[in-house]
Amino acid sequence: MNTVLFLILFPIVVALLLLILPQPAVRKVIVVLSTIILTVASVYLVVQYFNTGTVFFNLDNQYIDLGIFAIEIILAVIVIGISLKYKQYLAGLLMLTSAAIMIWFEGSYGEEIQTSYNLFVDNLSLIMTLIIGIISSLIAVFAIGYMKEYHHHKEVKDRTPFFFFVVFVFLGAMYGVVFANNLMWLYFFWEITTFSSFFLIGYSREEIAVKNAFRALNMNLLGGLGFSIAIVYLFINAHTIELNMLPELASTVVLLPTALLAFAGMTKSAQMPFSSWLLGAMVAPTPVSALLHSSTMIKAGVYLIIRLSPVFAFVDGGSMVGLFVAMVGAVTFVLTAFMAISQSDAKRVLAYSTISNLGLIIVCAGIGTYQLMWAAIMLMIFHAIAKSLLFLSVGTVEHNIGDRIIESMDGLITKMPKIAIGMVIGIAGMFLAPFGMLISKWAALEGLVTANPVLTVFVAFGSAATLFFWTKWLGKLLMVKERPLEFQSKVPRTERFTLTTLAVLTVGVCLLFPLISKYSLEPFIASIYNQTYLLDQGNVIILLIMVGLMVVLPVGLSLTHKNVQYKPQYLAGLNTPEKEKFYGSLGLTREITMRSFYLENIFGESKLFKLGVVISIVLIIIMFGVGII
Amino acid sequence: MSGNYAWLMVILYIILAPFIGGLITGVDRRISARMQSRYGPPILQPFYDIFKLMNKSSIAVNPQQRLYIICFIVFVIISGAIFFGGGDLLLAIFALTLASIFLIIAAYSTFSPYAYIGAEREMLQIMAYEPMVILTTVGMYMVTKSFNVWDIAMYDQPLLYSLPGIFLGFLFILTIKFRKSPFDISMSHHAHQEIVRGIITEFSGTDLALIEIAHWYENVFLLGIVCLFFASSPVIALILAIVVYFLEIWIDNNYSRLKWQSVLGSAWIVALVLGVGNIAYLALR
Repeated sequence: MNTVLFLILFPIVVALLLLILPQPAVRKVIVVLSTIILTVASVYLVVQYFNTGTVFFNLDNQYIDLGIFAIEIILAVIVIGISLKYKQYLAGLLMLTSAAIMIWFEGSYGEEIQTSYNLFVDNLSLIMTLIIGIISSLIAVFAIGYMKEYHHHKEVKDRTPFFFFVVFVFLGAMYGVVFANNLMWLYFFWEITTFSSFFLIGYSREEIAVKNAFRALNMNLLGGLGFSIAIVYLFINAHTIELNMLPELASTVVLLPTALLAFAGMTKSAQMPFSSWLLGAMVAPTPVSALLHSSTMIKAGVYLIIRLSPVFAFVDGGSMVGLFVAMVGAVTFVLTAFMAISQSDAKRVLAYSTISNLGLIIVCAGIGTYQLMWAAIMLMIFHAIAKSLLFLSVGTVEHNIGDRIIESMDGLITKMPKIAIGMVIGIAGMFLAPFGMLISKWAALEGLVTANPVLTVFVAFGSAATLFFWTKWLGKLLMVKERPLEFQSKVPRTERFTLTTLAVLTVGVCLLFPLISKYSLEPFIASIYNQTYLLDQGNVIILLIMVGLMVVLPVGLSLTHKNVQYKPQYLAGLNTPEKEKFYGSLGLTREITMRSFYLENIFGESKLFKLGVVISIVLIIIMFGVGII
Repeated sequence: MSGNYAWLMVILYIILAPFIGGLITGVDRRISARMQSRYGPPILQPFYDIFKLMNKSSIAVNPQQRLYIICFIVFVIISGAIFFGGGDLLLAIFALTLASIFLIIAAYSTFSPYAYIGAEREMLQIMAYEPMVILTTVGMYMVTKSFNVWDIAMYDQPLLYSLPGIFLGFLFILTIKFRKSPFDISMSHHAHQEIVRGIITEFSGTDLALIEIAHWYENVFLLGIVCLFFASSPVIALILAIVVYFLEIWIDNNYSRLKWQSVLGSAWIVALVLGVGNIAYLALR
């Protein structure tokens, strides 16, 4: 239990330290040291509770509850104050309503609330621990170099100490989210992640940043409101506020709270109709996007929905609620994959693909069979690693080539070969066999065929779209062009370290996933469902052979280039002596330029977004309806 | 099915598929010629072409492109091997997709406008046929309760009876996969376009020969999937495959090329109507 408490509290202490010691050199030392400690502590926790199954901790202390309550009130006052200052009354109103509900709840039922277990650890929270601990730590290290560059590029007031303060508070809150069993505590940490992301998105205080920060705040506070109503309803009707009791009660009384919690999870993981907050969040510095997309925030959303899976699977009527949760995920998966096709801004493509992938995770979690839970957790692991790698690479490229439009990344393999290879690994990891996401997608497809074949249709179309936008980008990166003479790339050492580690992790997890499955996932799923998903050994071997080939082939072939004449491309006319140029009409010299298909007319945001909003709102309303009945 | 038998099948596939694929292409060219009132080349002409290509000197735009081409053919062979070795049908299809992506990357890497347009169109084609391919495996699973190719092949009733919609949908996208008109937008195989052939514009000599051989492997694999629809009686399955291929040749010679919009639109509508319709029917049954 000490390690658990340490993981929650240590980042908070570091955060405060970073706030009172603003010198860059000191900050660098503190960040590096504390991330090492966090990583070690996360791994230590895994070693400690690896084989123990679920372990609950009581930690019953009225002062903790009182403290949490007091901090909640203070934060609510701060947020209401800020929203009044910026004249964003909706956020203030939402905050006020949630606070009023919680104060009333504490006032009228505070004495009665008894909890047997406030914290717990099981294999799912251990996996989350590793994702939060390792990936966030790497991102924090990356941010040291990045923030220096960021303020070099942008005329924004330097508030780097505050930036790192929020990042570390965020991490502490994330640990809180994954260890909390007491829903009041979970709600407390949940709201802190909302506020953290609000401050990070609005970091630059530019007009657009403030606007998007409030959009994120509004949507997440709406989810938080749902969360608080779920707690009150659950306590009044079932006399419990413990997460582990939801499936155990197995009565229809948990259905509405479950639907409300799933709703909170959807807002946090930016499912339709709430997808716009995550796209708006891109105005924040790149490490923030990487954090939000890979190891914090949105992962909290899907984490909660995965936690609810057993309710959907075991409680009478739960499968109907789960079906509509899954439908929201399915619609989001397909439509955002389509919309990603029409985007040329690399960060927007990444954002849409994140939302899309989370949609698929929610499809799996909503149906909630043992096989789909396996797929959901695997998807989450692979997504966390590959997505952070991609975001941070895009940030690095942006600093070097001046923008993050995919069209500008033509021939990155010749300009910045190492970064390009990292991105290729990340992209391959996101959608190609034999890499991780595909293994999980495959398991998801297999699971859906048995559980609900009609949902496979969404996967079929969504995957096709996924293929299109990733391949398009992959091709751009791998074009072999002349390296411009004047081009100089500059990548700080901290950034290089993070990118290399993430690339190695992406490949490593692909090679080790059978072990992760065998020693962590399978026992966990077996403890819930009494049966578990086993990977077919033959297929695993084929996959590993494929991974091996991908690694070996380039090495082997690089030796065999002999007797090849190199000639310029065919340009249907006369090539100039200079490469990549040709004589056009009227004897003008022209350069080759190529632009990708974005298929705006078919997959444009303007049409699909509205469609998605309407469908998902209808589905969410039905989900609540089913929950009430 | 014992492991040794599976290995025998894999080895037979790797050795025989290019010969069968080449012969099919030879017959294809002859039949096409007759449909156009020409005499046509000898049946073995595709093999002569390959040998000639192999003996040409190697010309390339950059050192990377051959690597991608070799990855392309290797993964095409692997996907067929997974299929004929009785492995997981979904895995075989994912491996085939991976192979296609290597071909696209090869074209991209050359930084050539014609290859580039071809590659973009190839991606559109993949996006067009991929849903139907996945729905085909889903349909087969729903009937036989397995993704394992042996289990599907050993199912005691012809799948065609329960999957007529899926079969027709698969036939439709086969036209794209066989690179037949009206859906050969990324690489047409007609004489007047032989010089600038979209995605493969920048490949010559051995590289081009490898692409052609990979295509033969792929065709045999695809016809293998067609056979699955009637696997309970192998003779009929073979006849079915022959009829299907003849139909494709007939379509090829009777329709002119379509725009990419029509390719994507029609393939998805077919997948939605025939594929999803069939799956919904099976689910509700």
